[in-house]
Amino acid sequence: MKKAGFLPALTYGSATRAFLLAAIIALPLADLSITAVHPGAEFRRLWMGILSPDFSAIELWSVVWTVAFAVLGVAAGSTAGLILALFFDRSRLVRLAAACLRSVHELFWALFLMQITGLSPATGILAIALPYAGIFAKVFAEIFEEADRSAENVLPYRTAAVARFAFARLPVVAQQLKTYTLYRLECGMRSTLVLGFVGLPTIGFHLESYFKEAHYAEAAALLGCFYVLIGTRRLWARPWTVPLLVLASLFVLPQVSGNGSIWSNIARFFGHDIIPVPLRSGSLSYGAAWTGFASWVWRITVRQIGPGTLETLVLAQIALIAAGAIALIVYPMVSRRFLGRLGHYLGRAMLVVVRSTPEYMLAYLLLQLMGPSMLPAIIALSLHNGAIIGYLLGRQADQLALRIDAPKGANLYFYHTTPALYGQFLAYLLYRWELILRESAIFGILGIKTLGYYVDAAISELRIDTAALLLVGVAVLSMSVDAFSRALRRRLRIEGLPVRLSAERGASSPRSPARYPDAGHAQEPVV
Amino acid sequence: MAAAITLEGISAGYHGAPVLHDIRLCVEPGERVAVLGRSGAGKSTLLNTIYRRYAQCAALIPQASSLVANLSVFHNVFMGCLDRHSTLYNLRTLIWPPAAEIAAVVRVLEAVGLKEKLFAKAGELSGGQQQRTSVARAMFNGRPLVLGDEPVSALDRVQAGDVLRVICERHETKIFAMHDIRLALEYADRIILLQGGRIILDEPASHLNYQRLLPHFEGEVQ
Repeated sequence: MKKAGFLPALTYGSATRAFLLAAIIALPLADLSITAVHPGAEFRRLWMGILSPDFSAIELWSVVWTVAFAVLGVAAGSTAGLILALFFDRSRLVRLAAACLRSVHELFWALFLMQITGLSPATGILAIALPYAGIFAKVFAEIFEEADRSAENVLPYRTAAVARFAFARLPVVAQQLKTYTLYRLECGMRSTLVLGFVGLPTIGFHLESYFKEAHYAEAAALLGCFYVLIGTRRLWARPWTVPLLVLASLFVLPQVSGNGSIWSNIARFFGHDIIPVPLRSGSLSYGAAWTGFASWVWRITVRQIGPGTLETLVLAQIALIAAGAIALIVYPMVSRRFLGRLGHYLGRAMLVVVRSTPEYMLAYLLLQLMGPSMLPAIIALSLHNGAIIGYLLGRQADQLALRIDAPKGANLYFYHTTPALYGQFLAYLLYRWELILRESAIFGILGIKTLGYYVDAAISELRIDTAALLLVGVAVLSMSVDAFSRALRRRLRIEGLPVRLSAERGASSPRSPARYPDAGHAQEPVV
Repeated sequence: MAAAITLEGISAGYHGAPVLHDIRLCVEPGERVAVLGRSGAGKSTLLNTIYRRYAQCAALIPQASSLVANLSVFHNVFMGCLDRHSTLYNLRTLIWPPAAEIAAVVRVLEAVGLKEKLFAKAGELSGGQQQRTSVARAMFNGRPLVLGDEPVSALDRVQAGDVLRVICERHETKIFAMHDIRLALEYADRIILLQGGRIILDEPASHLNYQRLLPHFEGEVQ
């Protein structure tokens, strides 16, 4: 995919071809076999289970704890993110900290935090709060930056920064901040569910054992319960219920005993575990310690980071192209332009299912059904991301201005909507590239040999120093892909297009009647 | 007495495109100046330039009302004097306004005929009401120089006259960008005509009349 950067003229066509080529090169490197003996029979059992959910098997406390962890994690993350956002455009350090926080997946955070706080609620809450703080910081900073500043420009000379913020900045964007935070709560619940797969007492914990033992009826009931929670989020998570939710969540947290004192764990973690082995004993002034360190870094880079990165890229690249293909197939099915009201309802239904089904869980389930290979991961990633992009494209297609005598059906698709939406399609796909990559790295925990595989192995062997170095590799990889994707979007001149699923943000904020075109700029003549 | 404003050969523009050319202007304290000109002549740029240079002693009524739609009329008006109180007091007023401030804001709103909207959300007001809120904010600011960029454009002529009168009572020196020649002649004592970013006429209002100014606005509705 790096080829795209060297091409003399970067167009939608050449960018697409470069990405296709990269996926074709990646294809032979991927293990796409189905190793399960009777995948068909297993799928039939799954289907039967879905049709006859066993609601008596719902572990109520796991549902309660899933909500509680998500509420507290998102509350802490959004508060920290808001504070970081205030300094985002002024401090390089804050931007870097936010980038590091969000480049490490919540599952990796959880695996690390378990070394300190064990399987306690603190692990679950912090594993959500830390990466989300980085995400909130960035998104909130963007919201502040795009806000209408006309009222701020009229404030009296020398108004103090805090008053300036409280009167003329915060009220302008308050609605957007609220909408985005509540939307993130939904993502937080999905993340919390997944944390169950590594041992925290959330829904995922029970789903894992149900899937493993092929108890699909029980799993279907528990998952259905989760879908209902996500689907009704707008009813129970409102600005005025948030304080109640936070208080109630604090109240119901599970009591976990044991695992030693937290302070001694912290001391052990930072004083011993995370320090690279060659530097642990002896004085750092000896050259030997540093040559040992260098060869340690080299060994891990060559044996683990290198192959892990390659595998991660192969998976991400194939999944990206597959997601794009699915999006292009799906979008007419969820658009009014093609299917009328039916398309609208199909779109909403698909969105609820996709939004509530974590990719990680889907990949886990498919692995159980099809046996270990890269195929289940590719299917999970491309279904999830393809459906989201397809939904967003469908909404965009609805808003396209068509002439009255516009063609219909395939002609409309190929001659009008697809060409018109292609820039937007690439913007979505390039934005999702980094998300797919982060998720690809994580799928290593499931046994695919991406970076996560090596992280998981190192942590289970209590080689925390190695795991930390691997995570640096993960962070660097995901930051480089993010930067590369941004550069591509700039060169394709699609950097200004909306990319987020929560992009209803603009529409749901009250239209400011005080906003006139250019009013903001007119305040700043260059003399 | 020193001049309220002195501009000596100012040029300004946006993104490299010049809007004002070599503006020389001296305004004495107490003057009421109307800046007239077709749209695009540079009136707003002139006012914004003056505001940037004299921000310490000036209150601005911007062309777009520039209110915070989610806050009440009271808070939008109170914003005019955020610089005069401590941050703590300002935050307290945001949450629980002191009676004295409410009374002070009510007095200003009375002058612009908007008393009954004290705690209405600014975003729910009509265009004319928003403009009057914006005027009230500048009056509450109370600095001696007021710069009004079409401050009464959304009001009918009677209301416009009333509002201009109360602004004039409140501030010492007034500079208004306007496009209504009759209103300008009635309320200003000095008329400046801008064309293509240059001052082409600068005379006492008493020397001018509607017929003399009209040709400069040919094609625009008066």
